[in-house]
Amino acid sequence: MKRRHFLKGAGALMAGGVLPISLVEVAFGKTQQDNFRFAYISDSHIQQIKGNAFVRNFDRGLTRAVAECNMMDPKPDFVMYGGDLAQLGSKPEIDHGLEIMSACKYKTHYVMGEHDYYLDLGKYWESQLGPQWYSFDHKGVHFVVLNSIIVDDKWTNKWSSGEERMGVMAGLDNPLGSPFMVGAAQRAWLKKDLAKVSKDTPLVVFSHSPLQKIYKGWNFWTDDAEQIQAILKPFKKVNVFYGHVHQIQYNQIGNISFHSVMATAWPWPYPSTYSQAASHLPKLTVEMNRADPFFERDATGWQFIDVWSGNTSMHLQLPENNPRTVAFNQKRKRPEDTKYQSRRIPPQKHY
Amino acid sequence: MKRQYMLSLVLTGVLVMLGSRAMADEFSKQDLKLWQDEYMAAVKQGRQVFTDGKLGSNGIVCAQCHPNGANTHPETYPKFQKQLGKVAQMWEMVNWCIRNPLEGKNLAADDHRMNAILSYIAYERRGVKLTPGKH
Repeated sequence: MKRRHFLKGAGALMAGGVLPISLVEVAFGKTQQDNFRFAYISDSHIQQIKGNAFVRNFDRGLTRAVAECNMMDPKPDFVMYGGDLAQLGSKPEIDHGLEIMSACKYKTHYVMGEHDYYLDLGKYWESQLGPQWYSFDHKGVHFVVLNSIIVDDKWTNKWSSGEERMGVMAGLDNPLGSPFMVGAAQRAWLKKDLAKVSKDTPLVVFSHSPLQKIYKGWNFWTDDAEQIQAILKPFKKVNVFYGHVHQIQYNQIGNISFHSVMATAWPWPYPSTYSQAASHLPKLTVEMNRADPFFERDATGWQFIDVWSGNTSMHLQLPENNPRTVAFNQKRKRPEDTKYQSRRIPPQKHY
Repeated sequence: MKRQYMLSLVLTGVLVMLGSRAMADEFSKQDLKLWQDEYMAAVKQGRQVFTDGKLGSNGIVCAQCHPNGANTHPETYPKFQKQLGKVAQMWEMVNWCIRNPLEGKNLAADDHRMNAILSYIAYERRGVKLTPGKH
């Protein structure tokens, strides 16, 4: 019963917002006490204007996600932050972002985004948040965090300054950018890390960029995606979560379910809407709702996730928009939107 | 007679040549190239304005939400915009973006930067068929 009121007292915070929530629990597999969920916040792009002035819109997006997350009932076991906390990777931006995140009541694990990284190759981020890749176990699920946004050394070292490098990488469509990858060192680490995990342990991998290839021009892409997928192949139930794309995407490749998460900052167009280049959005995806581009938080949001069964139920929390749930369909062995999979509504059509 | 005839032919030829310079309804390959180059210069300038943190007041750039000008839909204007309460032209929506996400000030409809932005957006959407009014 309680589960139906997961945002206790949130009404006061969100004037006019219709409050959720019918949670779809896919109850099978593990016993009830293993049941848990975590919240996922991503892509806040905290942007400094000057001194202590920051872009208000993006501050508000993250502040709202943290406040809503704090009101979850039942509580999340932990929070994931999916990368791009900062816009240009500076100390003031990372500090300001972490200050807003400090209001979050739960233990938070962080993923590195390119906007956090390319100013100083992640040095300040690391000094505040620890290693760029790591793993942990929670209630029978093995979680892995990768830094998927590195590029080759030649590109990394060719700039006259960190600021110049960051400036180029911060432009999603900047033709001077370079394709992301996880790289050989982390792939070797991943193999080693997974060697001690049994093949029937549910696996969750967090990356910033998609560990699948959708559109290279905007780095909706990881160059060594196939190699990572091959490492994950022997496991029975694998779930990959990524940020970066600022939109809803989901897919199934073999044993691996892929889900993107929403940004708190702003939404991005689907690559198919760029008419001058081909792209490959997974056919399975029912696109996000662009109900009202005039509304500051339109097509942004955060989510909470159940993976305790080994398969994902992704609950997307979308300001002034009906929440959406994308859950694993046991019969068809793939993630599907529980409401819109076979009946899209007009604001979900992008062109 | 023959000589006179030849002379008149030559004269006519000269007149035609002179005349062609003054005629407005003909243009050359050089003209076409010049006009295309002028347009592409506006497109290039538009890309600069589209990625210029100084267009608004908070450092946000157009391309932050509209990579390659995507989701701007120049082919759908003019169209009804609910929040503007009327059928609007594209430049009015550009100004909405400058005022709101960019926290800046309106550009005049014929400001050279507005012209450049519209040139760039149209270029990134080239080849897509006109669908005025579409949402």
